[in-house]
Amino acid sequence: MSARDTVARGAPLTRAQLAARVAADIAPGSYVNLGIGLPTLVADHLAADSGIMLHTENGMLGMGPSPEPDDVDPDLVNAGKAPVTELPGASYFHQADSFAMMRGGHIDVCVLGAFQVSTSGDLANWSTGAPDAVPAVGGAMDLATGARRTVVMMSLLTKDGAPKLVERCTLPLTGVGCVSRVYTDLAVFDVGPGGVRVVETFGTTHRELETLLDLRAAGTG
Amino acid sequence: MSATVFASSALDALGDVADGATVMIGGFGPAGQPADLVAALLEQGASDLVVVSNNAGNGEDPLARLIQHGRVAKMVCSFPRQVDSWHFDAAYRSGTVELELVPQGSLAERIRAAGAGIGAFFTPTGFGTPLAEGKEHRRIEGVDQVLEYAIHADVALVRADRADGVGNLVYRKTARNFGPIMAAAARRSVAQVRDVVPVGQLDPEAVVTPGIYVDAVVELTEVTSTAGTSTAGTVAAGTDGSA
Repeated sequence: MSARDTVARGAPLTRAQLAARVAADIAPGSYVNLGIGLPTLVADHLAADSGIMLHTENGMLGMGPSPEPDDVDPDLVNAGKAPVTELPGASYFHQADSFAMMRGGHIDVCVLGAFQVSTSGDLANWSTGAPDAVPAVGGAMDLATGARRTVVMMSLLTKDGAPKLVERCTLPLTGVGCVSRVYTDLAVFDVGPGGVRVVETFGTTHRELETLLDLRAAGTG
Repeated sequence: MSATVFASSALDALGDVADGATVMIGGFGPAGQPADLVAALLEQGASDLVVVSNNAGNGEDPLARLIQHGRVAKMVCSFPRQVDSWHFDAAYRSGTVELELVPQGSLAERIRAAGAGIGAFFTPTGFGTPLAEGKEHRRIEGVDQVLEYAIHADVALVRADRADGVGNLVYRKTARNFGPIMAAAARRSVAQVRDVVPVGQLDPEAVVTPGIYVDAVVELTEVTSTAGTSTAGTVAAGTDGSA
């Protein structure tokens, strides 16, 4: 934490602003997978001329936005099983190819939601650990470990105010050391083997974040 | 593989499925689900089945009803929990169906491996997570990887868009999903298609599943709706009337 940063600048980001912030870091021409939930909002903030190609793990590159109601095609869905469209240059492939594409490091960026992320980049986003829940994982573990760069997009706090960026995940892991950056409504963090570093804050200060997160390493950068 | 047979009904195409068989069912949710073949399996009567499918049924679709009717002993699956998967939920909670939960990419690769004659493979997916507990692992090229075994099946049920007279298949959009790899992974593979065209009418460059993998084809121009309200409803009325 640096002393210079004691005055909060700006305000916490809305979901749309957060999506725009994530989108701003995605290089033109990238192949990108957007996870189910919050990350799907990022698609609305990718410039049409960016040449960014969206991958959906159920078997498509070049995924377009939701169709008009009259154009819904039950054979054309995204990983959340919601109807989508195809853009010029799209391609289809089977499940083994789709995950080979992911696992083989061909997808540049994967944006995922999370229940918890650790300062070393561990991710927990598939199970709340509730003993009575029916377990389901889908492609979460493949996405987390496969992309060249896996980033997380989430609110920094749970509805109860507990931090979701933690020293050690207490929920079942999706992947170990797989996340490199965490985008939240209050700040952007880099995480990894060297611990956590605050990259940018929104309506808060490094000192406030330090208190909020109780992370000794926070803000070492 | 012998020549592909063209059947006049889903039940004929399905043929004999033994109790205890492992059955692969294509589809990612309703997209690509061979609903009429699964409805035929419901009618055919085999039980104690091991079903390999990405999901565990939606609403009252035939796969959900197969589970409801207690015909499935075990699901091998990546995402059984859906907002409308009440039949699986109930069977799982009552302990009447076993679940092997597999990350989706590992599920796909295990199916692919079976068709390709690969016994097992190492993958980084899942290392350090509860789903890799008890599995062999090894550090390869500096990356911790988990040993995953091929999944073979007795029967694969898939849906494609078109077949030609030798069983070559092409699919439609994201309905392709598990079809090609399941067709290759089973001892016997059955495809329901919208249209059968004469040999020579499919561009060889565009064939996705070569006919060598396909044992039987049935043409069903009216594909059962994804909600399972047509064929599935008929079958239900004929079995227990609970639809």
